[in-house]
Amino acid sequence: MTLIDLANPTRFLALTARVLPWLAAATVLLLAIGLYQAALAPDDYQQGATVKIMFIHVPNAWLSMFVWGVMSIASLGTLVWRHPLADVAAKAAAPIGAAFTFLALLTGSLWGRPMWGTYWEWDARLTSVLILFLMYLGLMALWRAVDDPSRAARAAAVLTLVGALNLPIIKFSVDWWNTLHQPASVMRMGGSALDKSFLIPLLVMAVAFTLLFVTLHLAAMRNEILRRRIRSLQMMQASRVAFSNEMGAGSRGQNASKEIGAAG
Amino acid sequence: MMSLGPYASFIVTSYAAAALVVAILIGWIVLDYRSQTQRLRVLEERGITRRSGRSAMDAS
Repeated sequence: MTLIDLANPTRFLALTARVLPWLAAATVLLLAIGLYQAALAPDDYQQGATVKIMFIHVPNAWLSMFVWGVMSIASLGTLVWRHPLADVAAKAAAPIGAAFTFLALLTGSLWGRPMWGTYWEWDARLTSVLILFLMYLGLMALWRAVDDPSRAARAAAVLTLVGALNLPIIKFSVDWWNTLHQPASVMRMGGSALDKSFLIPLLVMAVAFTLLFVTLHLAAMRNEILRRRIRSLQMMQASRVAFSNEMGAGSRGQNASKEIGAAG
Repeated sequence: MMSLGPYASFIVTSYAAAALVVAILIGWIVLDYRSQTQRLRVLEERGITRRSGRSAMDAS
């Protein structure tokens, strides 16, 4: 099966119906392994047990950017290739990305209070992630504000691509500015700075949350396809009703003119 | 028993919030799916079908 085959929503529904149970099972299994490893991970010499918050904060922070990246590629699909499922993918991803970004901000605050002495600091990393969260909400509002999905798709695609400029700002904010947030310790030049006892559970949780996103995204895309089918069926119903009303009015008009003719 | 030290409340709140948000996401998607399939069923029962004549529930 090629990417072109997936452009057909019916084929997409058939394929995802087969794949989703396996994806869900793999997600549950990996999450269970990740949580078990996170529970067994030793305390950090500086952070103590609060290092366990990192096992959910970091995957959610990664996913907050990854999901916007997926939406950006989907937006290119809408604007450049006009792929029929591109805007379905972008629309379905937005609420999931917003939820992951919210969790990144919340768990970061809950880690910051005992470690930094504050829940929030207006530094470049925290502020740029907050802007990302607000952009997710803005995008969801835009999708709801425009009735016609194809018109909403183009506007949302442009907004998504403009918003993608925030991704390198988030990533490199800790290098470009003097921030309270620590610099990258996993994906950096020279390899990870983390000990294996923290790195392995972190990577397992990152893969588990990524699988969770893929599973939820495919399921949400299926819902969006069904929603659009309902919309087109309702429009078909409305046009049939309008047509039959016109026909009824037309035949009534003809009968009336015959009656007038007969009377004359 | 795992010891979470003096900041246990912050750790437990973080994991509970993550579990709650993920549960809400899953619940929303499952309920949305049920709602869409129910609406499609109602439309098809009224005789409104796709131009292809196939059920809108095809492969769903």
